[in-house]
Amino acid sequence: MSGENKEQPKKPATPPAKPTAAKPPVPAKPPAPAAAAPPQKKEPEPPAFEKGMTDQIKKRFGDTVKIVFIRPRRIKISVEPRDIVEVATFLRDEMGLDHAESAGGTDYPKDNQIEMMYHLGSYGREDLASHVLMLSTRTGRDDARLPTLINVYKSVEYHERETFEMLGIYFEGHPRNDRFLLPEDWADIPPLRRDFRIKGR
Amino acid sequence: MASLEDKFEESKKLGLQIVRESEDDRLMTLSIGPQHPGSGHFRFTIKVDGDYIVYCDPDPGYVHRGEEKMCEYRNFIQNIPHLERPVIHDSTNITYSYSLAVEELVGIEVPRRGQYIRALASELNRQVYTLYWLAIYGIFLGHSTMFMWPTGDRELFIDLLEALTGARVTHAYNIPGGVRNDMPEGFKDRAIRQVRYFEKRLKEYEDIFYNMPLFRQRTEQVGVLTKEDAVKLGVTGSVVRASGIPYDIRKAEPYDIYNELDFKVQYMKTGDSFARSYVPFLDMKESCHIIEQLLDKMPQSGEVRAKLQPNPKGPAGEVYRRVESGRGALGFHIVSDGTPKPYRVKMSVGSFRNMLALPFLLVGQRLADMPAIYWSLNYWPVEADR
Repeated sequence: MSGENKEQPKKPATPPAKPTAAKPPVPAKPPAPAAAAPPQKKEPEPPAFEKGMTDQIKKRFGDTVKIVFIRPRRIKISVEPRDIVEVATFLRDEMGLDHAESAGGTDYPKDNQIEMMYHLGSYGREDLASHVLMLSTRTGRDDARLPTLINVYKSVEYHERETFEMLGIYFEGHPRNDRFLLPEDWADIPPLRRDFRIKGR
Repeated sequence: MASLEDKFEESKKLGLQIVRESEDDRLMTLSIGPQHPGSGHFRFTIKVDGDYIVYCDPDPGYVHRGEEKMCEYRNFIQNIPHLERPVIHDSTNITYSYSLAVEELVGIEVPRRGQYIRALASELNRQVYTLYWLAIYGIFLGHSTMFMWPTGDRELFIDLLEALTGARVTHAYNIPGGVRNDMPEGFKDRAIRQVRYFEKRLKEYEDIFYNMPLFRQRTEQVGVLTKEDAVKLGVTGSVVRASGIPYDIRKAEPYDIYNELDFKVQYMKTGDSFARSYVPFLDMKESCHIIEQLLDKMPQSGEVRAKLQPNPKGPAGEVYRRVESGRGALGFHIVSDGTPKPYRVKMSVGSFRNMLALPFLLVGQRLADMPAIYWSLNYWPVEADR
């Protein structure tokens, strides 16, 4: 952090000034196509293979699982915390998503929630090699607790530990909810929460 | 264990008053790193019983920079230079993944020549990284020639990248929209000449290092990671390929022009330290092959960069893109709220995933095998910390 402090005096001065000054005259057109193009791709025709996968999940769990989006090679689903272990076990055993690539959280203070997301992939099924399924769930910010997925996906062990200290989610059943990447004398709020501010910024 | 019990019983029979120490006293705790030259900026605590490792607890975080937090304060373009810091030796691959994610979010297409050039830059950079890693692996197994040679030959690719990008190590060359600048004159001939020379050198590496009986004895059948365990632990890159799973993002999910290239995914089935050190070597050979193809197939002229708006921003949404870096899959998950600054950037890096295999493999091995296992995991502490 001491390294960052050096840059700080000059940087805030320029970036906030520039966008406001440069924007109105020049890019009247570019933002519009940029904003319009991706949703067109996503929404109307979900690819057949991915649609088949989500149908399979829907068939098993019904309304318990909410489909957030279906895009080529990327699916995001959302479940309630109490169902996550059951859904994850199903995804591992029945769908062939045999490992978790990574896991991490995002803080949404506006909804007073934190979202936890697992990126699941497959080494075993060749047709799934290019796919990533994102399994997400949300918990309240004030008493953030989630069941751990360590018994389903061993590979999330360190990712959950990291999320515990970076976002303050306590993983019930995880053997070690303790300090991992941050300094031992860290005495602030979890740094990846939105209300944590880097000094001077 | 049994022999100690026997001795204890024996001594009781003899009427000797031997005070039995607690079980814990048998074990000695050793802290490897962060000052230990063999660990990098990383500490792991191990407990040894005799010279067998019975416990291992990694303690990363000595070079934690908070990259993910820093991203929230800068716009999509300002984020490029600091994002390559986790692995400066493989900086092009990190920005590659980030650029793909931003391009998908903003909705721009990269010109074909730009796609070729940045694939070329990332292959060259992969060689730089792998050679650096090989040098360290060599020196920690006591083979100083294997430290000198890759360190020297690394210059071949650093020089090429310098000619291409203008910087020797941290290039900030891959940017959303393509690459920063076009290839210089005469680059193709120079690159082909140097790659051909390097291919000859690779044969010599094999003779002096990989075929050396001492090296083989130190690595073969050491730290075996089976296919099932590799899947369970979710390891990636050369570690998973050494365990018999031919998984490479360049093949599994081809980005840019990788689906037009002819190359094979290199893998081995034994899963020991030797396989984990030999797979990156095979990758280097394959990379030379890829570089020549890229130079041949590249469109001779054209744009190298798509025009971006001055302060690019996409619609609110999420993207996740990944590339194959020197250490395995490298993914960027970007959450955008529609502003020019990302709302959340999550890096999924190979080193952090491979770290889980370290305690798994070390327990039960001899202390002397520790370097052979630790460095074979292709672990880069700075990247794991981010």
